[in-house]
Amino acid sequence: MPKAKVIFEDIGVAVTVPAGTRLIEVSEKVGAGITYGCREGECCTCLTKVISGGDNLAAPSVLEDQVLKDNMAPRNHRLACQAQILGGEVVVRPA
Amino acid sequence: MSIVHPDQAVELAPGVHWIGALDPHLRRFDIILSTANGTSYNAYLVRGEQGVAVIDTVKEAFADDFFRRLESVARYDEITTIVLNHLEPDHSGALPELLRRAPNARVYLSSRAQMMLKALLKPSSNQAPPDYTPVTTGDTIDLGGRTLAFFHTPYLHWPDTQCTWLVEEGMLFSGDVFGCHYCDPRLFNDRVGDFRFSFEYYYAHIMRPFRAHVLDALELLEPLDIRLIAPAHGPILRHHPRDYLARYREMATPRLALDTEAAGEKTLAVFYLSAYGNTRSMAEAIAIGAERIAGVRVSLFDLEGGDTAHFTDLIEAADGLAFGSPTLNGDAAPPIWALLSSLTTVNVKGKFGAAFGSYGWSGEAVRLIEDRLRGLKLRVPVEGLRLKLAPDASELDACRTLGETLARHLVGEAMPREVDLASLS
Repeated sequence: MPKAKVIFEDIGVAVTVPAGTRLIEVSEKVGAGITYGCREGECCTCLTKVISGGDNLAAPSVLEDQVLKDNMAPRNHRLACQAQILGGEVVVRPA
Repeated sequence: MSIVHPDQAVELAPGVHWIGALDPHLRRFDIILSTANGTSYNAYLVRGEQGVAVIDTVKEAFADDFFRRLESVARYDEITTIVLNHLEPDHSGALPELLRRAPNARVYLSSRAQMMLKALLKPSSNQAPPDYTPVTTGDTIDLGGRTLAFFHTPYLHWPDTQCTWLVEEGMLFSGDVFGCHYCDPRLFNDRVGDFRFSFEYYYAHIMRPFRAHVLDALELLEPLDIRLIAPAHGPILRHHPRDYLARYREMATPRLALDTEAAGEKTLAVFYLSAYGNTRSMAEAIAIGAERIAGVRVSLFDLEGGDTAHFTDLIEAADGLAFGSPTLNGDAAPPIWALLSSLTTVNVKGKFGAAFGSYGWSGEAVRLIEDRLRGLKLRVPVEGLRLKLAPDASELDACRTLGETLARHLVGEAMPREVDLASLS
């Protein structure tokens, strides 16, 4: 299975993950500072800043786009419960 | 003597009225809060030269009272503005019907409230969605000689909450902030009975988990020349309104600062239960390991020696938490669960946590505690430690390492590491 790497800048942990993994599935396991609420892309609790490698995340769905807009999320921010890591390397930290 | 009369609004200033409802027989609110005096659902109406604003509504079951009081001071076709400071059902229950009766009105709410508005109106989906405008601090509405200004005060106590300021009258429509569950038809704080306990109880159960947000909101609100606070529950605060801001600031500020704060130290609280002294030995070794890291102050607590309320205070104040329990019949010991199910009144989100425990046969307690810590939105950066029976020298070393690693996370000196997701539990 293709692999990808996600780096949680706030705790200095790099995790190798299978392509297709959602950020929240990893951040929770390593104790990164990204917390979650509904896990369904509605509450915006898991807003995450993408420091680099944003192109390695699957594009936001219509739902995620709307939630980011409603919550006035700055550029380069994603919902950890929605964003899937497709490959390469992504560096993130809590928003 | 009652100020509230059936079917009549109560004037706060010319053209500004209370149009809420009283619920004197309520004894339990939202399942978890008790009240010996019922509650009120306060809604307000502000008349300008060019329009009428309704600020919040009431619980659905009390909608008739609300509409009768509204009709005593305004016509529905005059309503241009509906302000929603907070969309919880006790304040938005009459909204769908108000929107039907006042089709000219535009809704003003915080940006975080938009999704909630859509969800709220779901049952009446045959109704056209209302026109709404998200507002934030700095935004204003001119009603003609009367200006409503908005303050973004999220998490007091929902993400959507905001306060609305009637500039010309110095009135703050504060939503749940400065409110309480206390029902008294004399309505004003200089007329009602003693509601001080209710005010502080409400803060302790509703606002305390959002203490940091309370302090942010006070920074916004304290500079205002407030002449009256009109909250969404309980007495209207027209006598010495600033005292209530001051009391909020006191309650949101730790009573006695630890010298650790002045020194910039982080605090780790280790809680344990131990039947045979084994989990206690682990707790002591974890504490010793954590103390190896400069800038971390460790406290050790046996859960058998205190009660949940005091431990909750300690947990609120600590930066890191470790919980130890033996495994009894495949589970952690009941006092751990009693404590971990009592943390809804404090904010633990983002604190660092860890679990540990000695066991005889199967050792499920540690993983179960870790799951609960994650559920409480703690960060669990170190895999918990479960040891069979009495820890030997190398196992005590492992405990010290766990304490040290957790402490490194507290001071932001965690060692960079690379892991494979498959290796994580």
